[in-house]
Amino acid sequence: MRLLRRFFIRLSNFITGRRADQRLREEMAEHLALQTQENLRAGMSPTEARRQAALKLGAAQAIREQHNAEQGLPIAENLLLDIRYAFRMLHRSPVFSLIAIATIALGVGATTAIYSVIDATLLHPLPYPHPSELVRLEANLPGVGARDIGISIPELRDLQNSGIFQYVSLSFFGTNNLTGSAQPASIASKSVTPAYFAVLGVDAAMGRTFDPHDATPGFNNEVVISDGLWKRAFGADPHILGKTLRLDNDPAHVVGVMPASFRDQGQSSEQRGTDLWAAGGFADDPAPPPMRGTRLPFETIARLQPGLSPEAAQGRLDALVASLKKQYPADYPPQGAWTLHLTPLAETLVGNVRQSLILLFGAVGLVLLISCVNVANLLLARASARGREMAVRQALGAARTRLIRQLLTESLLLFVLGGIAGFAVLFCARKFLLQFVPESLPRLNDISIGWGVLAFAIVVSVAAGTIFGLAPAWLTSRLNLTATLRQEGRGSNGSRRRSRLRHALVIGELALSLVLMVAAGLLLRSFWDLFKVQLGFNPTRVMAIETSLPNPNDPKTDIYGTATQEAVLLREVLRRNRTIPGVEETAVSDQAAIPLGHGQSDRRTVPFLREGQEVQSTQPPLIDALIVSPEYFHVLGMTLVRGRLFVDQDLEATPLVAVINQAAARMYWPGKDGKGEDPVGKRVRLLGLLGRARPEWTTIVCVIADARTESLADPGIPQVYLDIYQHPFKFLAFYLRGQVDPAAISAQVRTQIQAVDPELPIYRAETLDDVLSSSLSVRRFSMEMVAFFAATALLLAALGIYGTISFLVNEQSREIAIRLALGAQRRDILRMVLRQGLTLAAAGAGVGLVGALIVSHLMTGLLYGVSPYDLSTFAGVTAALTAVAIAASYVPALRAMRLDPITTLHAE
Amino acid sequence: MKEKPDVLQGTLALMVLKTLDVLGPRHGWGIARRIEQISGDLLAVNQGTLYPLLLKLEHEGSIASQWGASENNRRARFYHLTAAGRKQLQAETREWEQTAAIIARFFEVKAKDLS
Repeated sequence: MRLLRRFFIRLSNFITGRRADQRLREEMAEHLALQTQENLRAGMSPTEARRQAALKLGAAQAIREQHNAEQGLPIAENLLLDIRYAFRMLHRSPVFSLIAIATIALGVGATTAIYSVIDATLLHPLPYPHPSELVRLEANLPGVGARDIGISIPELRDLQNSGIFQYVSLSFFGTNNLTGSAQPASIASKSVTPAYFAVLGVDAAMGRTFDPHDATPGFNNEVVISDGLWKRAFGADPHILGKTLRLDNDPAHVVGVMPASFRDQGQSSEQRGTDLWAAGGFADDPAPPPMRGTRLPFETIARLQPGLSPEAAQGRLDALVASLKKQYPADYPPQGAWTLHLTPLAETLVGNVRQSLILLFGAVGLVLLISCVNVANLLLARASARGREMAVRQALGAARTRLIRQLLTESLLLFVLGGIAGFAVLFCARKFLLQFVPESLPRLNDISIGWGVLAFAIVVSVAAGTIFGLAPAWLTSRLNLTATLRQEGRGSNGSRRRSRLRHALVIGELALSLVLMVAAGLLLRSFWDLFKVQLGFNPTRVMAIETSLPNPNDPKTDIYGTATQEAVLLREVLRRNRTIPGVEETAVSDQAAIPLGHGQSDRRTVPFLREGQEVQSTQPPLIDALIVSPEYFHVLGMTLVRGRLFVDQDLEATPLVAVINQAAARMYWPGKDGKGEDPVGKRVRLLGLLGRARPEWTTIVCVIADARTESLADPGIPQVYLDIYQHPFKFLAFYLRGQVDPAAISAQVRTQIQAVDPELPIYRAETLDDVLSSSLSVRRFSMEMVAFFAATALLLAALGIYGTISFLVNEQSREIAIRLALGAQRRDILRMVLRQGLTLAAAGAGVGLVGALIVSHLMTGLLYGVSPYDLSTFAGVTAALTAVAIAASYVPALRAMRLDPITTLHAE
Repeated sequence: MKEKPDVLQGTLALMVLKTLDVLGPRHGWGIARRIEQISGDLLAVNQGTLYPLLLKLEHEGSIASQWGASENNRRARFYHLTAAGRKQLQAETREWEQTAAIIARFFEVKAKDLS
């Protein structure tokens, strides 16, 4: 308490600059006067009395200093002096300061940029209260290798009553046609059970969300809309609540508008951009009757009871699963081994980008390290120039700790200025930089350059400044006084130690850049291999334009309910699209069939049975099902292997037909001898296709060559293609092949489609080349960033080696001059200097190769088609690094070679 | 320059407080003189060191000061004990007595008492 009071008074004196000099002087004068009087009384002569009084008082100057120190805060005063001096030093060598600050700004700025991405995605992936309570539930049948099979309504009720969760909710993502506004629009929507917002713990900004205890079995016709939709489609109408929208021709009442800051959770950017939520019980029309075995393909999220850890919850969930299996043995056959698996929601959202982001953070960390090393190197170089200054100050009585404090203040000032500069550049360029971040990154819109990021930048700068300023400060202040003063800093014991440290720093820098370059090289190779892969289809000059048909809850009101009804629309739109100038061919498919597309249903995997192999007791195998029109294969240039493609005579009433790819043929019709049997003519039953209550036999009529339409990296995914005229589907993509203008085509197609049905929305017109390239976006992003960091690292390392060799040449100029004067060849001098550079490069490469091997091993999961120990990459990168090192040493070497011995020796 | 050992500093502060407690408001010289009379040569030289200490005690809130007239009718700074200072003095006196008693007992102990 007393200490605190004293500190604050001193602090306020320090800040206000108040001094008590006058008071002390008066007090001391009075003291002297009184003492002199006393002495006089004791019988001294006046002179003697004054002298004795002064002696008794003590050294006035020392007392004044002590008094002054007590008055203010000497540490703060010294710091202020140090900072003022440091600024003066920066000002005195502006080039040095500018280079150092720019280098640090680069390192800290880049690190901070990546940190801001990681902060938004990995550290705060869920913008909801108590995010650790949120989990995602997945039902699996590990016995037959089936994952995420969905959940039934009775199971949902069991979960709700289990006491493990506060709330459980199902959701199904899709798109709806919103009609009634100026243009029919397709909006991202989620059909959810009423507890959805209760699980997330978010309330509406206007109106309300759904009542979590609403037990309406079917849809309750209430919808909540996003702030974005409210502003976009309804002009921020303040009386929106209670109004009726038309969604896929069904009426729905708006009961709430979410806050502007609310973003839905989900793995894809489409899901996170959900604009509308509709509530339903999914236990009545249009959903099937709530039977235990009728699993809905929904996503299940839940909020755990407070304080319950995911591990403990999983334990209780396992117990629940066991008791349900005992209670309903018919619904959970033992060979399926039904399980419920719980994952923290945050993990499911960032899983696929975590590795890329960690790689980037590692890469940027190396760049930061290299830039710090470079600055430390610069500081060391300056140390030898300041040897004399240090010696003089030490000779005048400065303590070594005082000198270190001074030097550390200088380097900290450099680092903090650099950090602030880096942050400032980042802050000003944030809009520009965010363009480069791929859209598929979760929580892209939440990346912000705010106080937290600024704090990170400053902490990083201060930490780096302390670590990398300490060694140079230590070595600078450690010197042999007399030697330095006598030799005028021509090189002493301290400088040898300094140059050893400088060599180590440069070697470290080279090693780190080699690691980064190898990582970049491997990523580049993978990317290139993926880019050059044989696609099996031809995306050039093909555009895909998406539309969707209304899907009303009451099937009787669906004007496109049957394949025959839909065929009329499709054939008319295709005919009209062919009339658009430049269009050569057209086709239509469901959105999942867009090659490498990112439609609302990423992949539709359905179970199927083969004729003659239907064993009821086992879970049927799975296959990717795609629904296409007959022209699809030709528009995309896919190769027929055997059989016949779809023809116009395949209709709703004719027997169902299917096309499979070679991967499916290989996997499911391997033949008895393993050579493969001809699947053409075989029959299958596809289960779980929407719109088909009872699966009929489908005859395989054709095998086509494998194409990488699902995944660039995986060539052999089994696929079955079905005829769109036999399987009506609501979410459609029209393809146009030919010479069309991508900018105008959207409007042209809209005119054609809306001439047939004015209520159909048109969205996402893209060339397949663009679809292909955006499917590589995360890979491209991380490759480009790592390549950029590697280039930066190489540049910094080159600067580092250049600086070191220049310094060596300067230090050895006397020696070189003597050698030249004694008749050494200039070529020898060149070779001597280059050899020093090469030695450093070789040592750096050696250390770097070991590091690169470790890092590339860790990166295996991010590579495609290239071994993590790819010899050509390692060799190429090492060669490049060596070449750069030699080039960087060449300039100072040339200078050494051209040294004039006479002038040099005179100057010394 | 060697700093005075902490014990001495602490003792000096205690002496200042006690002086002000016994004699009431005093100026610097008065305090110095009083301490010199009692403690002998502790303040025989370097009476000036008293002033930084007085400032410190004032910062800590144990004493306060204002200008007043001295014996020879000149302006002098008079120090007096505050309530907090009195409390501090009592506490420290108690502590000091305890310490002194322990030390004294320690010195009284002879080798044969321990065996």
